This record gives sequence, structure tokens and C-alpha cells, in this order.
Amino acid sequence: MKIKKRRIALDDLDWKILYALQENARQTYSETGRLLNVAHTTIYERIKKMEEHGIIKKYTTVVDLEKIGMKHLTAVMTIITDPKESENVAEKLSEFNDALEVYTSLSEELLIIAKVVAENQDKLHSFIAQSVAPLPGVLRIRTSIITKKHKEGLLAGPNFNAPKGKRREKQIAVGE
Amino acid sequence: MPTHKILRKVLREKAFYFFSSIGNYIGENAASLEEFAGKIREVNPKSLEFHLYRGDFEKWVDEVLGDAGLAEKIKELRNQKLIGENLQDQLYQTVLKRYNELKTGFTQSV
Repeated sequence: MKIKKRRIALDDLDWKILYALQENARQTYSETGRLLNVAHTTIYERIKKMEEHGIIKKYTTVVDLEKIGMKHLTAVMTIITDPKESENVAEKLSEFNDALEVYTSLSEELLIIAKVVAENQDKLHSFIAQSVAPLPGVLRIRTSIITKKHKEGLLAGPNFNAPKGKRREKQIAVGE
Repeated sequence: MPTHKILRKVLREKAFYFFSSIGNYIGENAASLEEFAGKIREVNPKSLEFHLYRGDFEKWVDEVLGDAGLAEKIKELRNQKLIGENLQDQLYQTVLKRYNELKTGFTQSV
């Protein structure tokens, strides 16, 4: 059962559990307990509480496409839109499988930022030319192909120190 | 393809969208041969180079407008390895000439 709307404050242990689960969501309560020097029953209760409050939204899988021989490239697309059509553009864009993440941003101009994947540059271009540019309200598109990922941060609490031996600097908080 | 079909305005999803490079749409598009001729004069020649040497123009003219003859003429321009304003002028003249031929023929036939 999910409890919505009521906000709860997380303490240091909650944050440590969240961090551990982001690194490996399949670890058992006992393993997490050993890692954090806490009883597995405590871990169980804390995780249940965070699931019920919707703080833990889901457990997911990160697929290494290269390992299965799927060559692909990732690009970040910035779309400048007519303000009246921005929400519609974002909604339509979200329907495409090639768009992994879609955000709207209020800067000087109204922007939509999307992370997209494609097999190669030709397919990326075809997707943008045939599916994105024709959307009503799209004024211009700027696309950058990502050549190297330097970091993919995990969400960490305000007083969180990364475990020893792990190279973690200040964590990026990814909120919604 | 009948003349009136080549000269028609196509749906926005079938229009030609001008890019400066892979994924970078410059905000100009053409939904008919007439609009296409006009845009050739307006856009930066770099965009024309990008599309000409990918074969995008001849593909769109052939597959969407249905004008295989014009597509062949554009392909010849590609083989001449034109760039910059020279390309812009030559491409414009080629498309405009064809547009005028079709328009005159169409007007006389109705």
C-alpha cells in the first residue's frame, strides 16, 4: 500500500540504505545490514516504510547494450519550442522509444531537453528529421552526441560520506 | 507523376526540414517545390552542403514530390562538388527552372 502526499524526513540510516540500494538493489536485507552494521530487521522496516511512502519508486535494471552487441550512441537534444506548444511537444516526444528521458526547462527561451539513443548517426538524424522536427511548435533543435560518460551519480543524503575505497565526490541530487 | 502532384503542398511530416549538421535543425522547412526554391535562397549555404552531399535533396524530391527528373539534376550538381554560394546559386537556378517549367505547363494545360 502506498501512502501519498505525507512527507517524511529521512535520517542518515535511510539515506545510507537508499545509497546502498542504488548501487545494488538485489542485495538482501542481511547484506545491507552487514554493510551498515544494522540488524536486517531494521533494514527491512526502513525499506518497507520508504516503499510505502513512494520514496523508493521502483527497482530497475541497467542494461549494458555493448555486452549484447548492440552498437548505439547517446545524444542530448535541446529543442526550442513555441511556448504554447511546449507541453504537447514534450508529450509527443515521450511517446518515442528512442527518447529515454524528456525534460522541460524554463530559461530565456522555452526548452525541451531529451536524452535519445540510436544505432548510429544516420538513424539519429532520421529520427530527429522525420519524427521530432515536424512536431507542431518545434522551432529549432540542437543535438550533441555524447562521446564519453565521466560520471553517473547516485542520489545521496546531505551528510552522506561515500564508503571507503569508493571514488565518490559530491553527489548529484536528482530530484523530480 | 502528374504535374499538379509535383507542385502540391505536402503534409508537414513529409516536408523538407533543413539542418546544419546531424541533429541540428535550423528552423526552416519547405512543404512544396515552390517553398523549397524559396528556402534555398534563404538558408545558410552550409545547410545546403550538408544535405546535398548526404543525398537528402534528391531523395526528398524523388520520393516525396515524385519528380525523378529534378532529382537527377540535383544529383548532377552533387557530382560537380559545388560548395558555398556557388552551390546556393546553382541549386536555386536548377529548382526554379524546373518549378517554372512545371508551373507554365500546368497553367497552359488547364
